[in-house]
Amino acid sequence: MEGQEKLLEIHHLHKDYGNGAVLKDVSLDIHKGEVLVLIGPSGCGKSTFLRCMNGLEQIQSGEIRLDGEVITDPKTKWSEVRQKIGMVFQSYELFPHMTVINNILLGPLKVQKKEKKEAEKEAEQLLERVGLLDKKDAYPRQLSGGQKQRVAIVRALIMKPEILLFDEVTAALDPEMVREVLDVMLELAKEGSTMVIVTHEMQFARAVADRIVFLDGGEVVEMAAPEQFFTQPETERAKRFLDTLSFE
Amino acid sequence: MGVFYGRIEKLDTGFMAEYFPLYVEAAKLTFRLGMTGILFSLVIGVVCSLAGYYHVPVLRQIAVVYVELSRNTPLLVQLFFLYFGLPKIGVMLSSEGCAVIGLSFLGGSYMAEALRSGLEAVEKGQMESALAIGLNRFQVMRYVIFPQALATSVPPLCANVIFLIKETSVFSVVALADLMYVAKDLIGLYYQTDEALLMLVISYLVLLLPISVAAGLIERRLRYAGFGD
Repeated sequence: MEGQEKLLEIHHLHKDYGNGAVLKDVSLDIHKGEVLVLIGPSGCGKSTFLRCMNGLEQIQSGEIRLDGEVITDPKTKWSEVRQKIGMVFQSYELFPHMTVINNILLGPLKVQKKEKKEAEKEAEQLLERVGLLDKKDAYPRQLSGGQKQRVAIVRALIMKPEILLFDEVTAALDPEMVREVLDVMLELAKEGSTMVIVTHEMQFARAVADRIVFLDGGEVVEMAAPEQFFTQPETERAKRFLDTLSFE
Repeated sequence: MGVFYGRIEKLDTGFMAEYFPLYVEAAKLTFRLGMTGILFSLVIGVVCSLAGYYHVPVLRQIAVVYVELSRNTPLLVQLFFLYFGLPKIGVMLSSEGCAVIGLSFLGGSYMAEALRSGLEAVEKGQMESALAIGLNRFQVMRYVIFPQALATSVPPLCANVIFLIKETSVFSVVALADLMYVAKDLIGLYYQTDEALLMLVISYLVLLLPISVAAGLIERRLRYAGFGD
């Protein structure tokens, strides 16, 4: 990764909900085109960490820079920053009162003030790519979980973000639908999208990640290439975590 | 039943025809003041419910006190206060002013509660996912939260509209010639109780039935056609 452009820089991030620190002095650089996978036990702060990156959580101290610009300033215009940092949620959070196409178009039309025809064309192309063009006039309620999550990915993609955050996006899905969502993400990774993924799917993490970040107790415990992390974890905590996931 | 038929036969239709225009005028007044009050109620309701939703300091506490004060006192008492009480401290309001303020004061809290329940029913994640695509806080409310809240709140809001129009029947205490006033007046003057009351009931039905039917249609549309169900 050396020499590559740093897209997101996180320095000494500290997050506290008032009853103990959730994130303690976390520092991390995310490079352009990199796929970073955050793993760790439940409650280790990985989702919180992700949510700090687009300002859904306030931080107590530290600094985050996007393209070299500080975005953790009180003066930060989050509505602008968030167009560059897309996010997909565990529970999809599609807007139930809008059709699929209108869910996708809300950002381009209201935030980016794009022309409707042009935006619609883009939305249809993206829907086609995830195999859901025939669902464009459906309501979220009429879709399966996997379909909803693919629409949610399209809704984030259409803003042309520089970086995409995925917060346990397959955790609420039935097992047979996990694959269709992961496939979309794998394809995005292949195309060179910059992504930060929180997941419990270890095989997927291994397949998609350029780097694995292992968080425990609000700290970055280990950071390594996936092969190395999964075969020869350096820390005791990472070993223990990986052991709990295997049946050997 | 025999007695009932007997009385119907004895209804003085001439009397009813003669005073029919009075009821029309009164119905217009009732409708106009009712609708004005309802409009202000909705505005107050939106402000109060949003103050609560966004935890706006001070305004939120004021809203809580207001809602309790308004819902736990009868409109009749509120009107007495406005019409007879306020002049004692030098505030003179017209009859219509009192009526509209009173109805809005009462209705605002009911509307606020109806909208609050709707807002609270919207999933918390909706706000975050709307923010995440770059919408500002106003747009999030305008396009994502409020439409969903409104859909949930339509049944109670419609019930409130009907309730508030019925509540206008106490307007006569502030010397307004509303429907109730006309009926009481005619009874007092001519002792034609049956005719006066029959026309009063019919007048309220004529006012309220269309609203009730329309409300039912809106609810059905939202429930069955909306959101792909």
